[in-house]
Amino acid sequence: MGKKLSCDPYNLIIAGVGGQGNVLASRVVGDMMIHQGYKVTIGETFGASQRGGSVMSHLRISARGGFSPQMPKGKAHMVVALEPMEAIRVLATYGNPKVKALCNTRPIQSVGVICGDQIYPEKKHIIQWIESLCANAGFFDTTKQALDLGDSIFGNIMALGALAATGDLPMPLNIFKTVISKKVVPAKIATNLKAFGIGMELIKDKK
Amino acid sequence: MLEAKKDFEALLMGNDAIARGALEAGVNVVTGYPGTPSSEIVEQLAKVAEESNLYVEWSVNEKVALEVAAAGSYARLKSMCVMKQVGVNVAADSLLHIAEYGTRGGLVLVSCEDPGALSSTNEGDSRPYAKMMEFPLLEPGDFQEAKDMAKWAFELSEDIRNIVMLRSVTRLSHASGNVIMGELPKDRPKAAFEFSSIPMDQMKGPILAFPTLVDPLRRRQLEKLSKAEKIFEGSPFNKYTGPAKPELLIITSSVCKLYVQEALDILGLWERVGLLKLGTTWPLPSKLLEQHLGICEKIFIVEEGTPFLEDNIKALAAEKAKQVGIKTFFGRKDGTLPPVNELNPDLLIKGINFILGESYQFVSDEYKAKALEIIAAGAPVRELTFCPGCPHRASFWLINSALKLDNRAGFLCGDIGCYSLGAGPCGFSTIKILQAMGSGMGMASGFGKLDKFGMTQPIMAVCGDSTFFHAVIPALVNAVHNRSDMILVVLDNSGTAMTGFQPHPGSPSGAIGTRLPVLDIEKLCNSLNVRVEMGDPFDLKGTRETMLDLLEDGGNPRVLILKQPCALSPIKKGQKMYEMAIDANLCLADLCGCNKLCTRVFKCPGLIWDTQKEKVRIDEVLCTGCGVCADICPAKAIKA
Repeated sequence: MGKKLSCDPYNLIIAGVGGQGNVLASRVVGDMMIHQGYKVTIGETFGASQRGGSVMSHLRISARGGFSPQMPKGKAHMVVALEPMEAIRVLATYGNPKVKALCNTRPIQSVGVICGDQIYPEKKHIIQWIESLCANAGFFDTTKQALDLGDSIFGNIMALGALAATGDLPMPLNIFKTVISKKVVPAKIATNLKAFGIGMELIKDKK
Repeated sequence: MLEAKKDFEALLMGNDAIARGALEAGVNVVTGYPGTPSSEIVEQLAKVAEESNLYVEWSVNEKVALEVAAAGSYARLKSMCVMKQVGVNVAADSLLHIAEYGTRGGLVLVSCEDPGALSSTNEGDSRPYAKMMEFPLLEPGDFQEAKDMAKWAFELSEDIRNIVMLRSVTRLSHASGNVIMGELPKDRPKAAFEFSSIPMDQMKGPILAFPTLVDPLRRRQLEKLSKAEKIFEGSPFNKYTGPAKPELLIITSSVCKLYVQEALDILGLWERVGLLKLGTTWPLPSKLLEQHLGICEKIFIVEEGTPFLEDNIKALAAEKAKQVGIKTFFGRKDGTLPPVNELNPDLLIKGINFILGESYQFVSDEYKAKALEIIAAGAPVRELTFCPGCPHRASFWLINSALKLDNRAGFLCGDIGCYSLGAGPCGFSTIKILQAMGSGMGMASGFGKLDKFGMTQPIMAVCGDSTFFHAVIPALVNAVHNRSDMILVVLDNSGTAMTGFQPHPGSPSGAIGTRLPVLDIEKLCNSLNVRVEMGDPFDLKGTRETMLDLLEDGGNPRVLILKQPCALSPIKKGQKMYEMAIDANLCLADLCGCNKLCTRVFKCPGLIWDTQKEKVRIDEVLCTGCGVCADICPAKAIKA
C-alpha cells in the first residue's frame, strides 16, 4: 500500500487535444502510482481523439480503494493541460478555488477558429482566466522544446516532469524510468527521460 | 497480457481485464467485429494468439462472428464473441437460436455498450435480449470484476450449457483500474463435433432447430435459466453494503456502482443508505432481492440505458408484495434520474438528496458563475473534424460540389464510420440521412425506386470499405436486382479506420497477422454487372469528371470506388506526399474574391488563417502533405 497522499483520493485531470499523447501520459502516471502500491482509476474520453476533439483523462489516486472513472464536478486537485484552452474548459467544470494547474501555452486551433467562426482567445487573457480559477498556476511552452527533441508529442512527458516537480504526487525519476521503459520502444527511452528532465526544470525556473 | 503472473497487480483497462479473464478461463476461439468501446478485447487476444493457442478472427459482421464462435462451442471449445451494443442487433437472429439449443464448450457474448452515445449513433441497451431470449446476463461493476466475471462467465456457461452475455459500458471498457491477476491454464483441448446421438442429446446429437423440437428445447432452456438463478442467489458478485435497516435501499449494477459509492462517500450517508449491487442481472436472483426489498420502504434503482432493472424489480416486488410490503420506487422513470444519457456521481448526489430531502454544495455559486463567464469567452467547443490529410474531406468536397453542379436537389445517404462526420461542417453537411451500418445503401436502394411517384432527385450513398463487407453487400445486391437508380460511393481507406485499423475481408492479413486472401471490392462490384468506376479522392479534377458523368448516367445502380488510405494509416507511415508552401504574393485575401475558401470552407486543420498578415499559412506540425488544398485555392497560392 502506498504512503498517505496529500489528499485521498488525489484527483488529477490531464487535458489536451487528440494527438497530444494524453492517453500515454495518464497511463504513465497511473503505472507510476500502482508501482508504489496505490489504487488508481483512470477515466478517459478518447472517442474523439483522432478527430480534433478535446481529450481528457480523470485520474483518481488513492491509498484506500478504487473510485469512479468520472470525477465529481468541482473536485480536481490538479489540472495538467497540454493545450491552454483545454485548461479553461476543464477548470470551469472540475475546478474549485483550491485547484492547481500546469499549462502548456501553445494553442492548437480548433476548426471553428481556423474557419473564422470562432476567435482563439489571446494568451494574456487565457493566463489571466486560468489564474482567476486556480489557487496556483504554472505556465510553459513545452511544444517548442519538444519539437527540438524531434516531435511535439514529447510535450506530454515534459508536462509530467513539471507535475513531478510540484511534489504533490510521489513521482520519482527512477520509477518514471521503470515505467516508461515498458511503454515505449527502447530507442525512445532516452528522449523520454530527457523530456521528463526538461519538464522538471520548467517549474524550477518559475520559482 | 501473458507476462503477468498470478497475484500480480496491474493497471488494466476494462477491456484488457475482460481479455485477461477470458485467457484465465482458457478461451480457445475469439471472434468479433470492431466497434467502440469493444475493439481492444479482440486486439489484445490477437496479440497473444500464438503463445496461447487461440484462434482469433475479425469477422465480416457480428452475426457471422457469433456463428463462428458458436461453431467453436459446438466443437467443445471455449469461445468468445465480442461486439458493441449495435452488433447484438445484427447477431440477434442467430443469438435466439443458439440460446434455444444451448452450448457445449463455454460460449460468452461480450457486449460493450455506450450509455451517453460517447462514440455511437445510439444508446442501445442489449440487456433486454437476455430476458427476451432467455439466457443469463452478467454486468461487472469494476475492473477486477471485469476480469473475474469474464472468467466466471465461461464456467457458468459450461455449468448450465448455454450462452452467457457479459455486458460492459464505455466507462468500464475504456477506463482503467487495479486488477490482481489469476492463474493462466495450460490445457490444449481437441476440437470435434459430435452428432451420433438423438437431437435432444445436447452434447452428442445433431444441432437442429426443428419446429417439432421447439417445445422440448424451450423447456430445457428454461431449466438452464432456473439453474442460473439458483447459482446467482449465492454469487459473490451480488453484494449488499450498508445498515440492517436503511432509510433508502439503492439497487444498481455495472459501473453505476462506482458512481453510487462515490456519492455516498461524499454525502457521508453510509450509515443511512444501503447499496445492493447486482453483478447478475438476468435472471434476477429473486430470493436475494426479496430479502433486501424487505428491509426498506424506499427503493432507488440506478442504471444506464433502458429501465431494465427497474421494470423487472418492480414486477418482482408486485409478485412478492405480501412478503415485502408496498414500496416506493425511484429511478429513471419518475425523474429522480434523467431518463436518457449516461450517469455520473453528480447525478447520483442529486438523486439521493432529492429522495432524502438533503442538499449539497461543494463549489460556491460565485466560483461557478465566474467559471461560466470565462468558459463562454475562453473555451469555445472543439468541433469534431476530419484529420489533416483525411481522404474523406476531399471525397465530401467532390460529392458536395458534384451534387451542387448537377443542380437537381440530389442528396447523399451516409453510413457508420469516420465519414459519418460528412453530415457536419467538416464534410460540408453533405450527408442528409445517417442511421445504422449499411443503412445508407439500403435507403438509397429505396429512394432510387421512387421515380414512379415523381421523385427526380439524384440519389447517392457512401460507405467505407469495412462497412461495404459488413452490411452493404446485401443492400447493393437488392439495388442491382431491383434496378434502383442510385450511385454508391465506396470510400476505401484501406482498413477499419475509425476503430483503429482492424483488418476486414479486403485486407491482406487477419487479426493475428497471418496472410489471408484479399477480396477485391472492384471485382465484387463488377461481378454484379453494373457500371463500376475507380477514383482517387486526392485527384479532384479527374474524380469530379467521373462523378458528374455517373450522375448523368441514370437508370441503374452505379458504383464509384474512391481509394486512398487513411491519413493515419500505418501504410502511410506518417510520410508526406508533398511539402506544402504558400506563395504570399498570390494569396490576396479579401482582394481575391475567394473569401478564404481554404480555411472558411475547406477547413483542413493543417491550414491556418493568419489574421495579422491576412494570408493563409501551413501548420507544419499538422499538415500531412496530401496536396488537395493546392487544387482548392483559386489563386494557386498554395503550392504542392
